[in-house]
Amino acid sequence: MAEKTYLQAISDGLREEMRRDKRVFVIGEDVGVYGGAFKVTLGFQEEFGAWRVIDAPLSETAIVGGCTGAAIMGMRPVAEMQFADFISCAWDQLVTVAAKQRWRAGTPVPITVRLPSGGGFSGGPFHSQNPESSFAHIPGLKVICPATPEDAKGLLASAIQDPNPCLYFEHKHLYRRIKAEVPDERYETPFGKARVHQEGDDLSVITWGAMVYTAEEAAQQLDSDGVSVEILDLRTLVPWDKQAVLESARKTSKVLVLHEDTHTGGFGGEIAATISEEAFEDLDAPVKRITAPDTPVPFSPQLEKAFIPQVEDVVAGLRDLAEY
Amino acid sequence: MATETAVDVVMPQMGVSVSEGTVTKWLKSEGEQIEADEALLEISTDKVDTEVPSPASGTLTQILVQEGETVEVGTKLAQIGGAPGANGQAQAAPPEPATAQAAAESADASGAEGETATADVVEEARSAEPEPPAVVPVSDGGTDGKSFVSPVVARIASEHGVDPGQVQGSGRGGRVTKKDILNFIEEGAPAAAPAAAPAAPPTPVAPPAPPAEAPVAPPPPTPAPPPPQPVVAEAGEQFEPMTAMRRGIAEHMRRSLDTSAHVTSAIEVDMSRVVAIRKKLKQEYEKDYGVNPTYLSFVARATVETLRDYPWINGEIRGEQIVTRNYVNLGFAVELADGKGLIVPVLKHAEGLNLLGIARGVTDIAQRARDKKLTPDEVQGGTFTITNPGGYGTFHGTPVISQPQAAILGTYAVVKRPWVIQDDRGEDVIAIRPIMNLTLTYDHRLVDGALAGRFLRDLREKLQTWEVAAY
Repeated sequence: MAEKTYLQAISDGLREEMRRDKRVFVIGEDVGVYGGAFKVTLGFQEEFGAWRVIDAPLSETAIVGGCTGAAIMGMRPVAEMQFADFISCAWDQLVTVAAKQRWRAGTPVPITVRLPSGGGFSGGPFHSQNPESSFAHIPGLKVICPATPEDAKGLLASAIQDPNPCLYFEHKHLYRRIKAEVPDERYETPFGKARVHQEGDDLSVITWGAMVYTAEEAAQQLDSDGVSVEILDLRTLVPWDKQAVLESARKTSKVLVLHEDTHTGGFGGEIAATISEEAFEDLDAPVKRITAPDTPVPFSPQLEKAFIPQVEDVVAGLRDLAEY
Repeated sequence: MATETAVDVVMPQMGVSVSEGTVTKWLKSEGEQIEADEALLEISTDKVDTEVPSPASGTLTQILVQEGETVEVGTKLAQIGGAPGANGQAQAAPPEPATAQAAAESADASGAEGETATADVVEEARSAEPEPPAVVPVSDGGTDGKSFVSPVVARIASEHGVDPGQVQGSGRGGRVTKKDILNFIEEGAPAAAPAAAPAAPPTPVAPPAPPAEAPVAPPPPTPAPPPPQPVVAEAGEQFEPMTAMRRGIAEHMRRSLDTSAHVTSAIEVDMSRVVAIRKKLKQEYEKDYGVNPTYLSFVARATVETLRDYPWINGEIRGEQIVTRNYVNLGFAVELADGKGLIVPVLKHAEGLNLLGIARGVTDIAQRARDKKLTPDEVQGGTFTITNPGGYGTFHGTPVISQPQAAILGTYAVVKRPWVIQDDRGEDVIAIRPIMNLTLTYDHRLVDGALAGRFLRDLREKLQTWEVAAY
């Protein structure tokens, strides 16, 4: 065990997979000589060579299309989008080709697309988004959103081993802020298994990614009110741990769904709908959602603060539920 | 007369113990016209299947409970007249007295029908009376949320038979929260009503406990019973849902066998005299009364006579007591069409009926059983039952006692058989005689074999020596 940043855990996990499996290679913009925009692949080209750490031209379509072809031929490519926002350029390759290849032809497409996502640093509308819900809607894709360094490493290993196209959303805000113990040995964290970030009895927060920490800070304030909050970190949205969510909902009867993605069509709606369908008779309050509003991400630090759910917002939401 | 006021059709109370009914068929669809007392729908309860007549004339504006749904007694099933969906609003202006009168009349008309189950009528015309409005506004200020019961609170309340209104609410505007109701139950809430599912039969085992100081503590919150294992159809098998009647029969049959010690005795009866008398009476009865004196009527009449001497066979074990009575309520097992069930209508006070009365009564209740027009009272209160599977030529059977009775008589086919009799000179000769087998299945806890034997012997004697005077 060693304490590592979220970013270091991703980097180490990726390196470990490349060392143990010759089929794994990395491709992306500036991932080689430059070591990646966030330095996740720093030193990779020196260790693995230019053929396994490929600097791609500025074309997400080419990167994902190339990965799909390589995967069909038996490789296990790991693509990096410099920012998750840019994945819209590769939508067609990902959604039309990669997601459906196995359905159409039976051939697995084991690609992993790393997606530095999320805001909080005035990155503006093109460098701050959390587009996970759009892809959670596409059958054939898996959607992974680690929140802790340990999960970042274990879920990356699982994604690379998975026979399906996996979208791995790594939250930029967590890269260097979050440090925690990470096991030294190799391990895979299973998909579809939520993590109880903290146990509680009175309210449930269902969330993922950076919002886990926002929820945690908010819960500490509720704790001084004498209200105990359970925080469930979904870890993966496709597949998502419905059972764990329903269990928590049945236990506390009051649920807040929290995400940084925008509101309408956000994955929180799916969770809220499922709870009301399957745990209706266990609810003591309407399922509440706290999300970003339906706008692009603003540049201005003040506006971005108003856009991304803040601790105060979550505290207010939790108090509202507690008092209901 | 078209009803302008909306009249509600509600699930009628089909007997005291019946708390719910299933809508089996709507005979009219929304938008159709219907006359008062015209059959509107068919319902099924665990006691009886019946038609519900319309409480008023008018348009069937709304059907609220679909076929196959089971609802509690008093649940609104449909609305006759009025604007669709308008029923929910309390009427602001009282309806004109004329209309109210008319609606009340139409309600009375159906209420007087007596023979058929009538739907309770909740005519909004009643609001002409200075009664509190239907929707009671929350006294302390409108939408303060106190009246809202959340799904989980409603569920816990019904599981524990607690009225959420008794609980002090700590939620917004005094709403009762899940915690509130759980605390209330934990602290020993007086149960408002027994929970739907009784937890366990009372066990009068322990000696008198020390005088309880507190009211009986309610059972701790029990986890919901595990859902029944889903049944799975194998290849070639098909599923068919059980009707309420079939479930009722299944439960009763099992319970009867678990309760009574069933033993069956049989006897052969020479029906020569009955056949001869019936032949003579048949024409007369049919011509004068339109009634067929069946063999069953003869057997029933003789049975009622015989039971007078055997009160225990017409009796019942109730707790530690043996119940006997000075009357006979005679049940008859009636098969419904298509083998889809069986019902036991009861001919009350059969001891007061002569052969004609019994024949007429049996014909009437059997017909109404098949037409689903029995009232709940007509399937309750039996003291002895006759079942007649002989129509299909069977000569023996072991019927199941209708609880809580002590015995059931089975009648079987009348068959011509070679029979040894004595001629005028006292010599044995073989004659051709119409023979009927009778069985008495009795609860051996109460009725000994010898008693049953004597009963059958006396019954046979009455049938074999039937005198015209015994009509």
